[in-house]
Amino acid sequence: MSTGSVEVVYRGIFQKTLAKNICRGIVFAARKEGKIGTAFGRYGDSPERNGIPAKQFAVVSDTEEELEEHLAKYEPVNNDVTIAADDALCKGIESWAWYGLQPINKLLGDGGTLLVTSIQSPNKLIKTIHRKGTPYNLAIVKAQASFSGLWAYKDDHTDVRLLGALAKVAPHIVSLDAMLEAIRDQWNDDLKVAAAKRAYEATESTPVGVDQGNDEVPFSFDLPGWTKMEEGLVIRGMDAKPQDVPGRDGGYVPTRNEVFKKFSTRTMRPVINFDTCTKCTLCWLNCPDTCFDITPDGFYDANMEACCGCGVCEAVCPVKDCVTMVNEEAFEDNDSQWEMWTKDKEGYLAWLTKNITERPARSHGYHHVGQYAEEIADGTA
Amino acid sequence: MAPPDTATAAKTIELPGGSGDEREELISGSEAIAHACRLADVDVITAYPIRPYDTVMQYVSQMISNGDFDCEFIVAESEHSQFEIVKHASAVGARVFCGSSGVGWFYAFEALAVTAGLRIPMVAMVGNRALDDPGAFGVEHNDALAVRDLGWMLAWVATAQEALDTALIAYRVAEDPRIFLPCAISCDGAFLTHSQAIVKVPSKEMVDSFLPPYDRGEKQLHPDNPITIAPQVNEDWLMEMRQQNDKAMRRAREVIIEAYDDFEAKFGRGGEPFIERYMMDDAEIVLVGMGTLALPVKVAVRKMRGQGKKVGFLRVRWFRPFPTIELQDALSGVQAVGVIDRDYGFGSPFHSGVLANELRSALYPVENPPKVVSFIAGLGGREVSIDNVVEIAGMTYDAANDSLDDQDTHWIGVRE
Repeated sequence: MSTGSVEVVYRGIFQKTLAKNICRGIVFAARKEGKIGTAFGRYGDSPERNGIPAKQFAVVSDTEEELEEHLAKYEPVNNDVTIAADDALCKGIESWAWYGLQPINKLLGDGGTLLVTSIQSPNKLIKTIHRKGTPYNLAIVKAQASFSGLWAYKDDHTDVRLLGALAKVAPHIVSLDAMLEAIRDQWNDDLKVAAAKRAYEATESTPVGVDQGNDEVPFSFDLPGWTKMEEGLVIRGMDAKPQDVPGRDGGYVPTRNEVFKKFSTRTMRPVINFDTCTKCTLCWLNCPDTCFDITPDGFYDANMEACCGCGVCEAVCPVKDCVTMVNEEAFEDNDSQWEMWTKDKEGYLAWLTKNITERPARSHGYHHVGQYAEEIADGTA
Repeated sequence: MAPPDTATAAKTIELPGGSGDEREELISGSEAIAHACRLADVDVITAYPIRPYDTVMQYVSQMISNGDFDCEFIVAESEHSQFEIVKHASAVGARVFCGSSGVGWFYAFEALAVTAGLRIPMVAMVGNRALDDPGAFGVEHNDALAVRDLGWMLAWVATAQEALDTALIAYRVAEDPRIFLPCAISCDGAFLTHSQAIVKVPSKEMVDSFLPPYDRGEKQLHPDNPITIAPQVNEDWLMEMRQQNDKAMRRAREVIIEAYDDFEAKFGRGGEPFIERYMMDDAEIVLVGMGTLALPVKVAVRKMRGQGKKVGFLRVRWFRPFPTIELQDALSGVQAVGVIDRDYGFGSPFHSGVLANELRSALYPVENPPKVVSFIAGLGGREVSIDNVVEIAGMTYDAANDSLDDQDTHWIGVRE
């Protein structure tokens, strides 16, 4: 008698099919061993938005009666494995209709495994993950995040590599043999079977202790009861006065929700060249999330707690390379670019140039018209 | 190697283990309904998006684009038009399917209200959803229940397999010339519409042996059969028409029983038509509910049985026609019944849920009737936990022992 559950945290649109393939693959493979399972997405999510963190689950049990205990629920807690299909999700996730940033390992059971696609070292990755309070394991499948797409699925084998690795870290859920058999059935492709097997062989787990990781305490609150809620669905507004930022005289920083910050949706961020900026206001006017702060000297500084990385600012900026979207992998903090620039203009220019010229490939889309043709020509696409 | 196309990669994979002409697939309740449409060879389907019903549209359109299904698929500009279109298509002899959820179902209400009167055997799926505002996607049953007195047959299902099977049975019953009434199949949002389970999908041949083609006969609107449907009638005619509707609904009981018997013979499953009895044999108290509520309740009942408590569960599968006879039979002799409504009936007798009051009415003529206690739970899609069910069972025992007022209604799992 046993039940196993796997949570797949993924990015809306870019990874929806990837997550679906993984969860269905788990249920198919378990079926090969006579088990019964279910696969489903978290209903409150809205994964039809670019990059937004969302979840899918697979639950497999030995018997139907056992599985019933896990049905008619939104999300299984105490999962055996949590898969993060993009290592940037390790910083925490804010899904649509959630209540603030949630640690990536929140629904991982004691002694479970967090399985991540990443090219970072375990030690570097652990630093970004919130402390769990109980020991767990971190396993890495060496890969860049696969933004394989929804409408057209770019099959880079990330789905089967994660499935192969899953058989290694959670053999009690499904064995490698069953997994390979299910992959062969599903795709009829020897390469995909080989990719799963290689991932199985290469995957190793690192134990993570209770005192390792990011010690930030995530936001939490108690939901009020019916006697405490205002009747008639009334929500009181926030004080809309601009924020008073210490050390800044002038400019305009709008009031923002302190809890719902949205930045975990971001897979790229705008990097701004203040030396070439003409203060035309287009980025500020067009930003759908009002994320540009007006600085005392009249520049527009994209607030990295509020920016969800849509790239509209880059698209509307009339100056060449003034706003450039750079893969989120290049950054470790959400610090103000304008403050960096005011403190050390030469240093900032060097940082900016490095990020623009040596940046990791864009997570999605293109920087300029004709970029795809160029990439095809030099073989990077 | 050619890159695999999305359609192939994401396509449902056939699994071994299906018996005979059936194959196992991993599909959601919505996808199961879409398969039923394909297998019933529905002629006209209309669509207008609203969660959770829209998933059916997605699967139907995918089947059409993959070449697996041929039907007129019309995306209307509102739910009202959506239901009007299929109503008219059915009148000219097309087998039709439609559906909606929550306020989408309500936006179509004018069309829904007249469908039964015109004796249109439409089959619809209601992906049960709370009525916004406030915006909420989760399941409540008040949306589908709103048509309960208008001549619609109403079924509630608990699994994706039951969704597929019931949709096929619904066509057979609705299109039976003795009936010609619309039928709605209610599927709980999220827990059924969006959860994939292993489902046996029958072959077209098997379904053809069970479901005859739709034949409207002399009622078919056609140039060769010049008829008028729905002229002005007023007080001289309408009451007789309503009586006809009533008689048709009364006949539905026998036709539903026939359909389940034949379904069982052809497919080897189906169960008791109107109700599901779970661990009822020696039960002292019985919990009653509809839809996916059955899953946590069954788990809780098994646990309580393990502790020696004689608790049973009765799942109502058809709400219209209401299974009065079956419920009287099943619940006579029980000490107390706890009805768990995933709906509300503000201002109703005892402020109870809709199912609880219907059941009280059905049990009124029974000698020494059981106490009936009404519980409201799981609104807005809130999960009904196993602990909630154990609490409900405890309170139902209290009602049996006269230590709890059975003429009050109890909200379970609500924050104070």
